Amino acid sequence: MTMATSASVATDWLPHRATTEPPAVRRLIIGLALVFLTLFLFVPLAAVFYEALRKGFGVYIAAITDPYALSAIRLTLLCAAIAVPLNLVFGVMAAWAIAKFQFPGKSVLITLIDLPFAVSPVIAGLIYVLMFGAQGWLGPWLAAHDLKVIFAVPGIVLATVFVTFPFVARELIPLMEEQGVEEEEAALVLGASGWQTFWRITLPNIKWGLLYGVVLCAARAMGEFGAVSVVSGHIRGLTNTLPLHVEILYNEYNFAAAFAVASLLTLLALVMLVVKTFVARLKVEKGE
Amino acid sequence: MWLPSQPQRGVLPGFNLTLGYTLLYMGLIVLIPLSAVFLKATQLNWEQFWAITTAPRVLASYRLTFGAALIAALINTVAGVVIAWALVRYAFPGKRLVDAMVDLPFALPTAVAGIALTALYAHNGWIGGLLAPLSITVAFTPLGVLVALIFISMPFVIRTVQPVLEDLEPEVEEAAASLGATRWQIIYRIILPTLRPAVLTGFTLAFARSIGEYGSVIFIAGNLPMVSEITPLLIVAKLEQYDYRGATAIAVVMLVASFVLLLLINLLQWWSRQRQSG
Repeated sequence: MTMATSASVATDWLPHRATTEPPAVRRLIIGLALVFLTLFLFVPLAAVFYEALRKGFGVYIAAITDPYALSAIRLTLLCAAIAVPLNLVFGVMAAWAIAKFQFPGKSVLITLIDLPFAVSPVIAGLIYVLMFGAQGWLGPWLAAHDLKVIFAVPGIVLATVFVTFPFVARELIPLMEEQGVEEEEAALVLGASGWQTFWRITLPNIKWGLLYGVVLCAARAMGEFGAVSVVSGHIRGLTNTLPLHVEILYNEYNFAAAFAVASLLTLLALVMLVVKTFVARLKVEKGE
Repeated sequence: MWLPSQPQRGVLPGFNLTLGYTLLYMGLIVLIPLSAVFLKATQLNWEQFWAITTAPRVLASYRLTFGAALIAALINTVAGVVIAWALVRYAFPGKRLVDAMVDLPFALPTAVAGIALTALYAHNGWIGGLLAPLSITVAFTPLGVLVALIFISMPFVIRTVQPVLEDLEPEVEEAAASLGATRWQIIYRIILPTLRPAVLTGFTLAFARSIGEYGSVIFIAGNLPMVSEITPLLIVAKLEQYDYRGATAIAVVMLVASFVLLLLINLLQWWSRQRQSG
């Protein structure tokens, strides 16, 4: 405290020009930043809702309650309901191993976890076509057992799991590394079991980071387009997720309906941003 | 006081279980399927592989994909530093809202971004209508690809530069000022060199994301072979013709490019950590 006071006293005599910009430059930089963000961020966002409601509220409601739209919503929710828990369990396991223990090859493992982010979504779809497609490794076996993965729901789920693979792990690893192992060790020394330690000590410490990771994972799972598009086969009412439904409506020049469905996904994205801001504020309030 | 002479092994349980599960799950979901691409590619001999991956239409798609990704990353680097600077250093109304909204391109599904940008930049759209009298066409041209890539890769540089700028100690600038440095000298000699690893990391992340992008681009690009067709779209086109080998060969080229970039990003992050601790 006294250091800070003396520092601010000491700076009073300094030429002000050298530690900040003149007001005109400041206004110019803020202006440039806002113009760029308006042009590339706020205007596209506004366009989604404008186009969605352009033909009136009736058309909007009709588009999102259409049977094909409802089946797309169901499939999208189903994919997220499978992909998120799988990647949640993986994320917690991976973060426990990486953050609480030292072992050789750790940084390689962290890089490998990021791999799905570096891969084009189209390739994420392609790899499962090569594995499970009619000409794929397991294709003949699947055909013999009358199982369908590609152009069916399991393929869509797999592609979704792949593209959302890193989200929870990436949020938790730095968080748990920062928290160290002292609290867990103390609990164990006092006689808690491994599970008790995890549920009562670790989980409460990571809950907000975990929530944020889950929200990111869910938003991406519901919004994924490229990877799902490759494995889906685009069968209306059967293998159409919400983003694919948007594409079909758009390609049929049914713009109002396409944007109506797109606005649902946009609302989801906005909810994600609210949760992110909320979690970030909690972190600041807790002093870290 | 007696202390054990051996360093104590951690008392935490679950190492074998969690690491084992991590490796198993990653192997099944990521590593084995990815290796399928490389195994499939071995069905081609070198001449076939070369002929597919250097066909004129494919070369044109590399030029567009990598060129547009590079320009988009450069534009976002300049804009990103300006935006991060405004967000960290200045106060203005609506700043918290703007800060939260910067992540929108990460949150918004790419197909939604694609149709929204197409509606805006089409000749009858809000922005396309303004550009039409200047005879600038964005939608359904390579410029459209650039606009889509600028949108989806916008947050990277902002989000890598912002924390470094926040951590920059004002004392350093004050010391330089008290020693007689001008504002420009402080920016060029002190602030920008400190930001360099973060800027480069953000640039590389933006570039890597852009070369693989598919959803937002295909709506606005027009997808004309040799003109506005991106490489990921070519992979899809080959798959739709059941040309699995062709799709795989191009995918191998894209994957190698992605892996090189991932390696570069890791090196850059290691470099910036060294700088921060040193």
